[in-house]
Amino acid sequence: MSALRILVPVKRVIDYAVKPRVNKAQTGVETAGVKHSMNPFDELSIEESVRIREKKRAPGGVEDICAISAGPAKSVDILRTAMAMGADRAIHVETAEGDEGALEPLTVAKMLRAVVDKEKSNLVILGKQSIDDDAAQTGQMLAGLLGWPQATQASRVEFTGDSVEVTKEVDGGVETVRAKLPMVITTDLRLNEPRYASLPNIMKAKKKPLVKMSLSDLGVANERRLKVVKVTEPAPRLGGGKVEDVDGMISKLKELGAL
Amino acid sequence: MFSAARRTALRGATSLPQASSALANSLSRSALRRLLSSLAILEQREGQLNHGSLSAITAAKKLGGPVHGFVAGSNIKAVAEEAAKAEGVEKIIAVDNAAYDKGLPENFASLVVENIKKGGYTHVIAGHTAFGKNLMPRVAALLDSQQISDITAIENENTFVRPIYAGNAIATVESSDPIKIITIRGTAFPAAEVQGGSAAVEDGVDPKAEASAEWVSEDLAKSDRPELATAGRVVSGGRGLKSKADFDKIMEPLADSIGAAIGASRAAVDSGYADNSLQVGQTGKVVAPQLYMAVGISGAIQHLAGMKDSKVIAAINKDADAPIFQVADVGLIGDLFEKVPELTEKLKSS
Repeated sequence: MSALRILVPVKRVIDYAVKPRVNKAQTGVETAGVKHSMNPFDELSIEESVRIREKKRAPGGVEDICAISAGPAKSVDILRTAMAMGADRAIHVETAEGDEGALEPLTVAKMLRAVVDKEKSNLVILGKQSIDDDAAQTGQMLAGLLGWPQATQASRVEFTGDSVEVTKEVDGGVETVRAKLPMVITTDLRLNEPRYASLPNIMKAKKKPLVKMSLSDLGVANERRLKVVKVTEPAPRLGGGKVEDVDGMISKLKELGAL
Repeated sequence: MFSAARRTALRGATSLPQASSALANSLSRSALRRLLSSLAILEQREGQLNHGSLSAITAAKKLGGPVHGFVAGSNIKAVAEEAAKAEGVEKIIAVDNAAYDKGLPENFASLVVENIKKGGYTHVIAGHTAFGKNLMPRVAALLDSQQISDITAIENENTFVRPIYAGNAIATVESSDPIKIITIRGTAFPAAEVQGGSAAVEDGVDPKAEASAEWVSEDLAKSDRPELATAGRVVSGGRGLKSKADFDKIMEPLADSIGAAIGASRAAVDSGYADNSLQVGQTGKVVAPQLYMAVGISGAIQHLAGMKDSKVIAAINKDADAPIFQVADVGLIGDLFEKVPELTEKLKSS
């Protein structure tokens, strides 16, 4: 089996622990001054790539782990994090701040297809979804555009000979599929536990190569198919009703018609 | 094409008085109804129609045009005939080929694409399930369409509502794609009834694309309890359960006392108390039962994303400040190891 050239797309999103607020103009979510981090599923992708190398799981070895992110200037921060976790290098595809720069999954998939060709990647590991848009599309779209096999929501990745066996989380349990490289894998929570970047590694990551590009360098236009008409807060729940004891709970549930 | 023309017409109409604007609107709507047609992708497993997937028909009916259903797999005839009884479906397109049994997207996507092209559908709808999530974006990419994921409402043939940021915001989006690829949130669209319909069953085209991946095995949790995603009642346990043994000992009798499905928080799953398939939340299942009872769950936003549309939420937690109490209709502060067995006993005897 040829050596792995792994491409790991990562996205800068509002930190998972922050409760997002809809902006006053109802055009989106307030992002200014809000803590951002790497999309949690993308951390799993980087971790898995690094583990494949460290544990020498791929018979042909790992030649390269390249992290890539498309987004505004601050996306560099998460690319540095990816390199501190073990990626060899990074590509930053810079887009405009805010809504103008936001790319739809299909555009990201087209961009990644161009990068895969350029970098001669033979394995792309993405998160199963980003926690901002919750679309869960990019990996599958990329696989479709490339005509490669895909394994989504992976909880285990194993290499046997020239093929990759992936256990996937599905409704009601797990399913295992096998395919030959090149392929696209998306990560699920159970795949691994991402490491923290150590201080020496954070320092080293500053010296790792980071290449800047634009969408047009890759021959891709930021074409929008979906227009956001409005963004609103969900209807609030009027919770807060408390009961004293178990009997109170049962009678209240009966009153509400839930029992 | 048509949708562009319609937008132009509407833009022109906005400056006109209200009545003619409404007229222009209704005219273009009736014109559209003749052109619009939807394909609902139905799921089957081992010759059994997945009734949950009939939600796709309900959503397609809301669009207003004719609705066709699509099934594929080996010996698909019985599944197709059952689906043909679904209310509101005009035609079932069936492809009989064992190559599609496991729903591998590598060949299933090409299959769906060919049938979309043949049927000239404007809308293609599947559930936002493991199957739909795996398949539909690949279909969308092959058709150069930007998919609209996990919608909870349909405003009109171009405009859809979907939660973003773990349900902390609701986005209304308008698609300009000629073919709309859509996945729907099952809890937002009840499954179509399998009665009253008498659709024709027709063979679909089979491109016989090579599957570049092979199915190896599966391991599905077996349970006599109702299925989590569609259960009328759900009891869900969190980190407060402390161990797998306690989780099973406390949650199973409670679930059985009211015929509920068992769910879990991510904390409980990560700690190994419960299987991953039971996880409720942004990255797990989204449920909206009549009753959701959260036991030892603090109520992190990722968890609330999966259950806050439940009719009635009950919570038992020893921490009076747990965020779960802000959404719970009925909250009980106390030690779950005392309160839940007591509750179970009283529910059983009542």
